[in-house]
Amino acid sequence: MNLDVMRVRRDFPVLAREVRPGVPLVYLDSTATSQKPRQVIEAMDRFYRLSNANIHRGVHTLAEEATALYEEARAKIARFINAPSPRQLIYTRNTTEAINLVAYAWGRAFLRPGDRLLLTEMEHHSNLVPWYILAQERGVEIDFVPLTEDGQLDLEAYRRLLERGPKLVAFTHMSNVLGTINPAKEMIALAHQAGAITLLDGAQSVPHFPVDVQDLDVDFLAFSGHKMCGPTGIGILYGKMHLLEAMPPFLGGGDMIRAVHLGSFVPNDVPYKFEAGTPAIAEAIGLGAAVDYLQSVGMSAIAAHEHALTAYALERLEEIPGLHLLGPAAEAKGGVASFTFDGVHPHDVAQVLDRYGIAVRAGHHCAQPLHERFGIPATTRASFYLYTTKEEIDKLVEGLYQVKKLFG
Amino acid sequence: MDDLYREIIIEHYKNPTYRGKLEPHDIAFADSNPLCGDHIEIQLRLDGEGRITDARFDGHGCAISQASADLLIESIIGKTLEDVKKLNRQHVLDLLGIELGPVRLKCALLSLKVLKAGVYGLGQADDSLVEE
Repeated sequence: MNLDVMRVRRDFPVLAREVRPGVPLVYLDSTATSQKPRQVIEAMDRFYRLSNANIHRGVHTLAEEATALYEEARAKIARFINAPSPRQLIYTRNTTEAINLVAYAWGRAFLRPGDRLLLTEMEHHSNLVPWYILAQERGVEIDFVPLTEDGQLDLEAYRRLLERGPKLVAFTHMSNVLGTINPAKEMIALAHQAGAITLLDGAQSVPHFPVDVQDLDVDFLAFSGHKMCGPTGIGILYGKMHLLEAMPPFLGGGDMIRAVHLGSFVPNDVPYKFEAGTPAIAEAIGLGAAVDYLQSVGMSAIAAHEHALTAYALERLEEIPGLHLLGPAAEAKGGVASFTFDGVHPHDVAQVLDRYGIAVRAGHHCAQPLHERFGIPATTRASFYLYTTKEEIDKLVEGLYQVKKLFG
Repeated sequence: MDDLYREIIIEHYKNPTYRGKLEPHDIAFADSNPLCGDHIEIQLRLDGEGRITDARFDGHGCAISQASADLLIESIIGKTLEDVKKLNRQHVLDLLGIELGPVRLKCALLSLKVLKAGVYGLGQADDSLVEE
């Protein structure tokens, strides 16, 4: 299945706007958050116009409709990642909250002082800080899988670190800075052989290529709705059932309980045990619509489109004198190009590009240890998605020549 | 918008007059903007009456942060520490001659924050030093 990018673009209202009169938007910041198709915006709008009610327990028509839509969305998202059951999906606010949920509920119940965790040097802060907090509190030790010069995980070092017997290995499926796609299936199998359970940060993978939790045999998968054409405020934690059932609740409140008495409570079943309080109902329904949308385009088609764009972008960017790309060659990475530019700070690069309507990100992209590893304070990052065109990459390259002219 | 990279800013970024170290000095202070890694260090030399006789800055970062540091240093030589305490964000914006959004304002104000923290002898530079 091929992707018709001009047809896709018509589904995204914001892509038609001009940043300033006569300057059309060139949105190259989808790794931070994706744009939203009208199908998602309309699904949320329809919910608020027609079916808005609180979910569960209500017996009136609207409450039943809202509950059905909320649970239908969970089932759609479960099919999207090939989960055995929708019950294994917990709605969270985002990837960050999903990882915190595991660190809090699983980590505090099952880790003892002296236990080890294994993370990597390319993690986003959201897959570092929750474990640091846990480590400080519980006396848990953390090891990090080092990176090779071209920004891939050193798998030999990974095998050696597994010999230390970590209880959990948590790593990103795809780096939000380097674009590196890690060999998750192989790494998960190795972790299991070493007796560890695994958590995969899917924030950058689930939106961009097919992810099958059963094929990967992953124990936990965390991802965010807003990076995959869905709204902000909704994310998913997938977990293996026996782990979710063994974990104590995360937040306390309504909906996560089966019964409450004076001085005691009985927790609800999985997944409700982890969903305290009124959740982001419209957002969950919006994420369900996003999954429908992505599937209508086709995840393999999206991956192929991004791969072709990335190869083209890296080739064009490499031509620019003084520009240094981070990360591996196009074959090993997703739609991300992060770079430094001799004599120009990333903030200035991004600001000058904004003159031409080009939206890129500048900074450490919530991956400060990764930048320290490469000895640079910040990078400029352009990222691509299903609606990105080759012409937009040409505009980026032209814009970068303007940056060079201004600072040269 | 295009004003952001006026010639004066590019010029002070590429060819700063006051970049360097000052030995000996009477006051020194440094701080970073954790979000983007901009770093500014300022050194001042004083006479007996608390007047700044010479000053330098060093550091790295975006054009706005580095150019504003150079312009700020230029503007305080000959002033007293009491004068420096009275400087506010408008002083820096007047030196740059541009309007700035909230993100870039932090870049522009880093040098003033560092300068005032040093002059007040504070342990750390606080954003309240550069409020309106």
